[in-house]
This record gives sequence, structure tokens and C-alpha cells, in this order.
Amino acid sequence: MSARKIALDQPESFSFSKESEKEIKFWLNKYPEAKKASAVIPMLWIAQKQEGWVSEPAMREIADRLDMPKIRVMEVATFYTMFNLEPAGEHLIQLCGTTPCWLRGAEDLKKVCAEKIGPRGQVSADGKLSWMEVECLGACANAPMVQIANKAGDHYYEDLTAETMGRIIDDLVAGKTPKPGSQTGRSCSEAEGGSMALTDGALYDGSLAKKVKLPNTSPKKEKA
Amino acid sequence: MVQLLEDKDRIFLNLFGRENPGLDAAKQRGAWNATKDMIDMGPEWIVDQVKASGLRGRGGAGFPTGLKWSFMPKEVGARPHYLVVNADESEPGTCKDREIMRNDPHLLIEGCLVASFAMRAKACYIYIRGEYVDERIALEKAIKEAYDAKLIGKNNIHGWDFDCYVHHGAGAYICGEETALLESLEGKKGQPRLKPPFPANAGLYGCPTTVNNVESIAVAPTIIRRGAEWFAGFGRQGNTGTKVFSISGHVNKPCNIEETMSIPLKTLIETHAGGVRGGWDNLKAVIPGGSSVPCIPADTCTDILMDFDALRDVKSGLGTAAVIVMDKSTDIIKAIARISYFYKHESCGQCTPCREGTGWMWRVLERMARGESSTDEIDKLLDVASQVEGHTICALGDAAAWPVQGLIRHFRHEIQDRINTYRAGKPVTVSQMAAE
Repeated sequence: MSARKIALDQPESFSFSKESEKEIKFWLNKYPEAKKASAVIPMLWIAQKQEGWVSEPAMREIADRLDMPKIRVMEVATFYTMFNLEPAGEHLIQLCGTTPCWLRGAEDLKKVCAEKIGPRGQVSADGKLSWMEVECLGACANAPMVQIANKAGDHYYEDLTAETMGRIIDDLVAGKTPKPGSQTGRSCSEAEGGSMALTDGALYDGSLAKKVKLPNTSPKKEKA
Repeated sequence: MVQLLEDKDRIFLNLFGRENPGLDAAKQRGAWNATKDMIDMGPEWIVDQVKASGLRGRGGAGFPTGLKWSFMPKEVGARPHYLVVNADESEPGTCKDREIMRNDPHLLIEGCLVASFAMRAKACYIYIRGEYVDERIALEKAIKEAYDAKLIGKNNIHGWDFDCYVHHGAGAYICGEETALLESLEGKKGQPRLKPPFPANAGLYGCPTTVNNVESIAVAPTIIRRGAEWFAGFGRQGNTGTKVFSISGHVNKPCNIEETMSIPLKTLIETHAGGVRGGWDNLKAVIPGGSSVPCIPADTCTDILMDFDALRDVKSGLGTAAVIVMDKSTDIIKAIARISYFYKHESCGQCTPCREGTGWMWRVLERMARGESSTDEIDKLLDVASQVEGHTICALGDAAAWPVQGLIRHFRHEIQDRINTYRAGKPVTVSQMAAE
């Protein structure tokens, strides 16, 4: 398991922005009123999106809103590894190092990050970048890959090489927004150069929208 | 000659995201067709169809889906019923549910309605892993379309009031274990529950609940539309249907692909993934079902079929059908050590054999990868792995032990060689403490 502690330096206070409040309302609507503790992960996430990390005052605020003991919110925030317990760079690069990515060159990407940004976990001097190694992000057919968290979202950058990784970092520093997804230009996880599957035009000409009669609905079969 | 799956028999027609995932386009591809007719046939009929199709759960364990559905109480008592969809796809190598959720979300939502109705549930939560932010947004968009078109929600056109909600995690592999997922969904840390009680009796909020994988739910409506016998016509007895395979690692063209169950592994790799890098003879080993199943060596790969029973017979498993290919350039000890690190990182810490054992196995494997070990330590490692296996609340302990057992079963000679090379010319020293 991974041991995680809250940061020593904490802000005095925390309050949700107007935008965040709208999000919170959307999430609270999903759970029975008596079970609103279910919203703890979404609310921690909203706090993190607002501030870049989850501070201790934010945890207190969430506990109050959800009628939860404060320690329970801290327990959740320290258990789930996506919550940053200290400030991260404006662009946080989360580099997958698990075996499928490792087999396809994740180590090379790590070197690029270390050279261009610095040691893992440290925010670069200008506050723009930080990077960390994470466990499998579930895009293994597009390995190696990273997820970059910033104001633009939490996009995946896939099919990377040392060269494209370097270019993405340079673009971020230059204030540009690199295009997410596969960096070789393929569509999602379709085989490079085009799959031999899903080429039959009849699948897409609307013939499948014609009302079907369900099989196995005759009374005799129903009993069987 | 192996019969490959034809386009007309594929379920996920937008797996590659070339088409529009929206409602209108999904309907053109056959989603939401005759859904009302399914509902009109009643819950028992739906469960019978799924049972007859032979569908086994697509999340790893392979439990018969229809049978699982039939465990839910037949009458709704004081406690409401829930369907929870496990979209916490985190097993290394696995990336299929992601494509379903972002490219064919309406098949999943339709499946949620049909499955919920079959289990008399009025609400469903789809628990998606925290990292899949873009996929979550895509899924929310599709759900809103379904609400707006009155396909789901109160007073919908199907006559079964039904709400579908997306919930998300925040980076914990363990939440793919169904009871840890339920804990997490209730707002707690994701630590598995003891069973019994099983979720069908006391699951989400203490209510009857069934947890199913994304793919299991998403294939259900098409199975019913086309007939249980159609689905059962693919694959071998007890291993029926079509399946989305994720192929990663040392192949020329890694990809996701829907194929027939029981397809030979070699055919799968050569037809759809451009073959092994450097040719079939350059193959060293394959992990055929996600990181937790034991690897199989190249000579076994040549004629193995990709299904539950065939892979079980070679002491591995189909798992999530995530095929991780390793060519001869692979340092297999290091590859498995990295998997051990994954399990160490993801152990929830609840059970001592797993909390301590995963870290222990990882540290020993790291040393073995450098050769800093001894022959007796290989047996010690095997012994520790077997003490972790089967001694924990959930299967994460097993999942951590199996890859290590697979490594030693098939590549003991390689570990031995590494140790010999390291020791060559060095004075004999007293054996180190295993975990130091």
C-alpha cells in the first residue's frame, strides 16, 4: 500500500467557488439524501480541480457539508492516490510505468521528464510543471502514455516516444495546448494503419435501425 | 482454418471511435432497437435469455451472468434493488471498457436499463475509475441524451422508471473488487468486505445489489435482440460469445478488437495486432488475461485457445482477455517485478499477508532481477507466494501471487542463470535476509 500524509504547510481556510458549487449540486443529486457521504470522492475532486490540490481546510469543509466526521474525509483523501495532498505544477504529468507501458518505452519517457522538468515529485522552478510515475491508467493498447492534469482537463497522451513526450513538454511550457489522444494519429485503439474489422458499410447505413422482431418470444419457447 | 468473427456479428460497431457516439448514430447502429419489447417480455424471460446465451462475466472471474442476476430477490421488499456497473477498469493490460464507454456508450446505458429491469432495480450506478475523466464526461453526455429522449428516467417510453448515475473513483485498483467498490461508492476507503453477506443480499447501502462489468452489461441487449443461440454459437461449450480483447506489449500493432471466444492466441495476434515484433519465433511469453494471471511461455502460445477453460488448463486464465505480449528482448524477471510493484502499491492494507507479502515479493524480485539472490531463495519466494494466495479477504492477494508463481514455473532457469552470472567470480557470502 502507499503511505500518504497531508502536507505540513496548509492554508488558513478554504471555500468553494461559485462554479464548484454548481458541480457539487449536480453530484449531490445522484445519491439518496441520507447517503450523501457517497459524494465525498466527487467533492474532494471538485476541491482539487479548484485549487490544484486538496488541503486540510478543504477536507474540513467537505466533512461539514456531508455530515461526516472530519477524520473520515481525511481517511478517504489519503487513501486514494489521485488526490494531491500538496501543491502540484500547473501541468501535472502522470506517467504510467506499469508493465504494458514499461514494455513499450515508459523508461525513456521518464528520462525525458527528469531532464526537462527535474526529479519526480518536485515542481519546476517556474511552477509550471511537475511529474510523477503512476500505476496502470488503462490505455495499454496505446502504450506508452501519460495523463496531464491542468486547467484544460485531464487528458491522455498516447503512443508516445521520447521525442513526442519532449515536444509536448515544450509546448506546455510555451503556453500551447498539445492535442490529446494518440500522437501517431490513429483513431482510439484501432490497429495502426487501419483495422481489418468494422469495414462493412452495412453496419452504418441505417439498416440496423429497422425495427427487429425479438427471437425466442413465442409462448412455447418462453416456457422452456 | 479458423473461423474469424465477421463484421455482421460484432456487437461494438464503434469500438474504434471512427463514428459518432451520440444517440442518433447509435440508433443507426442498432442500439435501443426493440428495447420496449424486451421489457414487455418480463424479468424472468430476460434472465433466461442471458442464461441461455452462456455469457460469463467479462470482468475477470467469468461467473455466469444470467445466474448472477437470478440471485437477486424476486420481490422488492423494504430495501430497493441496485445495479452497479463496474467501470473501474484497472487491471494492467486491460483497456476495453474505456472504448465501450466513450465510443458505444448507448449500448451500455441500454444494457443498464434492461439488466436493472431484470433484477427489479430502479437505479443503477456506473462506477468509473477516477483517471477516466474524458470517458466519464462522454458517458454523462450519453446518459443526458437518453434522459432527454425519455429512454430512461421517470415515465420513460419503456414503462420502467429507471435512473442511471455515473459515480467515479480516485485512483485505487482495489475498487475493482466488487465489495471494495461498494464501500467506495458509499464514501469510504475502498477496502473489501467479508462475504457473506453477498451483495445480492446486502450490497450498496445494505440493499440487494448486483455488480457487473461494463462489457457484460453492454452486450446484453444485443444478445437478446439477436437471440441467445446466436451468441452461444461463438466459442466452445462453456466459453461462448464474442469478446473484446486488448492486445498490448511487443506486437507490431497494439489494439482492442472484438473477436470470437476460443480464438487461437496466435491467430488473434497475427490477424489483428500485426504479429509479434520480430516475428512469431521472437516470442518469449504472453500474459493472456491481464497482469494477475500467470504468464505462459512461447511454446504454449502456439496453439492455445483464448477462453476460460483452455487457459485454466495451462494454469493461467482468461481474466479480462488483456493479452500482454513479451518478445525475446524482455527481461521477464524485471517485467514480473514491475507487476509485483503494482500490487504492492495497490494493496489496501487490510489483510497482513497481502500488505506485507506484496512488498516482500517485490523487493525479492528486484534483487533477483539483478541476480543478487540464491537458489534456495527461489523456493522461499514460491513458498511466500503460496502463503499469500488464498489467505486474504479478497483476490488481490491471489492476483499478486499468481504472476510470481507463473514466472518461477516457466522461467526458473532464467532466474538461476541470472544468479549464477552475478555470483561468478565472487566469493561465496552468507545468504542475505530474504527481504533486505
